[in-house]
Amino acid sequence: MTDAQLADLSNTLLVVAILAYTVAMFGYAIEFAFGRKGVVASRAAAPAKRVLVGAGGPEQEEATAPPAPPAPTAGRAAWFGRFGVAAAVIGALAQLGCLAARGFAAGRVPWGNMYEFVSVACVVGTITWLVVSARRPVRYLGMFVMLPVVLLLGLAGTVLYVDAGPLMPALNSYWLWIHVSTASISVGIYLIGGVLSVLYLLREGYDRRVAAGRAANAPGFPFGVGRHLPAADGLERMTFRLHAFGFPIWTFAIICGAIWAEAAWSRYWGWDPKETWAFISWVVYAAYLHARATTGWRGPRAAAIAVLGFVTMMINLYVINFAVSGLHSYSGL
Amino acid sequence: MSTVTPSGETVTPPDEQDALTGLATAPEDATAREDRRAGRTEPDGGGRGPSGPGRLNALLEEPRRWWRILTSMRTALVLLFLLALAAVPGSTFPQRDLNQNKVEEYFAEHPKLAPVLDKLSAFDVFASPWFAAIYLLLFISLVGCLVPRIRVHARAMVKRPPAAPRHLDRLPVSASAPVTGDPSALADAARGVLRRARWRTVVRTEESGAVTVSAEKGYLRETGNLAFHVALVGLLVGVASGSLWGWKASVLTVEGNAFCDTVQAYDSFSPGSRMRDAALPSFCVQLDDFQGTYLANGQPEDFLAKVKYIQGDRAFTQDPDTEYDLKVNHPLRLDGANVYLINHGYAPVLRYTDRYGRVFEETPAFLPQDVQLTSEGAFVLPDVNQDPKSTVRTTDVQMAFTGFFLPTAPPSGPPIRSISPEAKDPAVTLVGYRGDTGLDSGIARSVYSIDQNQVDSGALKSVGSKKLSVGEVWTLDDGTTLQFAGYREFMTVQVGHDPGEMLVLVSAGFMLVGLIASLTVRRRRMFVRVTGDGELTVGGLARTDPDRFADEFQSLVERIERTAPAKEGAS
Repeated sequence: MTDAQLADLSNTLLVVAILAYTVAMFGYAIEFAFGRKGVVASRAAAPAKRVLVGAGGPEQEEATAPPAPPAPTAGRAAWFGRFGVAAAVIGALAQLGCLAARGFAAGRVPWGNMYEFVSVACVVGTITWLVVSARRPVRYLGMFVMLPVVLLLGLAGTVLYVDAGPLMPALNSYWLWIHVSTASISVGIYLIGGVLSVLYLLREGYDRRVAAGRAANAPGFPFGVGRHLPAADGLERMTFRLHAFGFPIWTFAIICGAIWAEAAWSRYWGWDPKETWAFISWVVYAAYLHARATTGWRGPRAAAIAVLGFVTMMINLYVINFAVSGLHSYSGL
Repeated sequence: MSTVTPSGETVTPPDEQDALTGLATAPEDATAREDRRAGRTEPDGGGRGPSGPGRLNALLEEPRRWWRILTSMRTALVLLFLLALAAVPGSTFPQRDLNQNKVEEYFAEHPKLAPVLDKLSAFDVFASPWFAAIYLLLFISLVGCLVPRIRVHARAMVKRPPAAPRHLDRLPVSASAPVTGDPSALADAARGVLRRARWRTVVRTEESGAVTVSAEKGYLRETGNLAFHVALVGLLVGVASGSLWGWKASVLTVEGNAFCDTVQAYDSFSPGSRMRDAALPSFCVQLDDFQGTYLANGQPEDFLAKVKYIQGDRAFTQDPDTEYDLKVNHPLRLDGANVYLINHGYAPVLRYTDRYGRVFEETPAFLPQDVQLTSEGAFVLPDVNQDPKSTVRTTDVQMAFTGFFLPTAPPSGPPIRSISPEAKDPAVTLVGYRGDTGLDSGIARSVYSIDQNQVDSGALKSVGSKKLSVGEVWTLDDGTTLQFAGYREFMTVQVGHDPGEMLVLVSAGFMLVGLIASLTVRRRRMFVRVTGDGELTVGGLARTDPDRFADEFQSLVERIERTAPAKEGAS
């Protein structure tokens, strides 16, 4: 295949990926709407029960949690959920193909401009979600993940799109392999972490409102959604694990960026706008990790910080790339 | 209630609260209690009973309170937020360090607001007193927390795991089975299992004759956590030493020319506040050839500056002789300084022949104005048209040319903008001026433009404009000529040295490793008790990741049970 054909193939696969993710979103949404949910996650939140004979220290089943429905997602709705997973897998594969074709077409790694960066972040987010939902019974929440993925990828494919081409000289370094890929991977992981933080906040808010005695008239939007979400504890723990996984990668990405900047721009750190916001995100996520260990801050406050962290990542990606010019102006637009 | 263990240690069987102490570690899951033990919000700086006169204590009461507040996790959190928040204006306002011109533009656009903002250091955010105040407070808070915490951890590293709590079945995970045999032999076997899994263990005998094994694992979590924070301090020291003793400079060099590492040779030189000029290493770099390759659409593909360099004492006596391909991302690393390619452009070779037939040739660098390298510059000749027979210097016959260099002039239309950064059809469009250039005043000024005041005052008068291709000659109204004889390329390099760089890199490495350890290693405890009447109880707890600990616990219990013969008739 010629480079031009490869580039065309890449664009076709992008469309396939977006369509597959959209289909996945609807599959997940049907499971969310019609499946019986809630239990699954409350089970995940009580791991100690799995222990041997005579087990059972004082379990802290939250008293505030409403009685769990008897069975996990079952019946036809579950089939839609599985269908959603299949569609998401197809989407992720198509997207990997899309990136690979682009890489071959341009003769370089496929994360050399903003469109490609967002695309990598989306596929990492999807894969992260597939792994998380394979290990925890949270599949029916897939809609909440697919929605931002479809939006980000659609936006990337339309607004940010640039034709496959070679790199500018400043990017011509093996550090591009490492720095940009890890930065993009962090965005993908933080995306899932951010989604779970929001879901946790909804569930926690719901619990608090129910406990406050307003159960008579069920909490309205947005906290009413919380009723259909897994137990707050389990969500919170998943959120933490994703961030604990993402934070070292993000740290590594920043360190690699600094090493590269030293070789390319003569200094390892120069408070370029993108560097400044990377620093801000890093500090906010560090604050999240600390907040989680501080009395009075753990729980919803910490989760809100995690959400704020993702907001700063998005500001860095979209606002800084477009509104502020700096050394990192590689969007190709 | 105390008993004497085989080792002679006095043990008081504690409750499960004590089994927990010191187990939880930050960043995850440090409760207020652990905070206190580990240093954050330590109730009293040196609180080992009333020492010293009470008056002194009373005097120290207030500072101690402030110290407690400063080193509390809550304060650290607030400072972290402030740090993030304080960095924001650094990206919204133009910064002097990044782009002086943009700061000046801002001043021009907001003449009222800019000086106020300037007073608040809005254009030097990262060098501002308030930014420094935040990070210094944060680091003081960090050190204040870190020191006691290191002490606590060092003690924990040498201490043996705590005695088993009385009710193992009240721990988060527990299991029990009836067994037969000698309790201490069974306990030893259980200990063997744990030790093979690299747990730190200790066997104790209780008053009742029951034998217990206490085991602990995952010390690396806190070690990593402390390493991360200590490395953070190292990073700050590295950054600070770089700005104190480092220096940077920039210089523009046209093909065929060389520069040496002296303050005078540089176009700009900014030393760290503690750096002395004498500390500059000696080297010279000569630019032989600059090659830029571009795509058809003008997107640059590669830049290569073929240079020669020489360093050490030889630099004073010999010409540069060692060849090097200086590229973007591929700096020239010399002893005590690095040379980075950061910019490039064109310098037309301009040849002026004056009224007396004297030829003045220069290759002034024209600075790129757009991506197609349309470049702007000036050629100022203060010494031309002076009658060689006269000793009186006339200032009204000086010449100056300003205008543009276009690497590829458009085939038709006005030659204002280049259509390619590659020199395919180079041309200059120049405006000529005659009169007083103003250079005789002795005031230093930019070599890239002429003194507009001289033009405005009428001292410098236009004598027309012209577009010239390579080789073309422009004959002016007084018979003098200007020839566009050719062009050369130039490079701009940044030269500098940062003595803190290594420390920063090493610190960053430790930060990363420490971070991974503190986020992945789980601190956990296991207790085994074998009673005289044949009951084996195992209990365990982990503050982090209880799911995974439950699996690990189960597999350890299975292995321990395998070492113990089950009681007849029971299973």
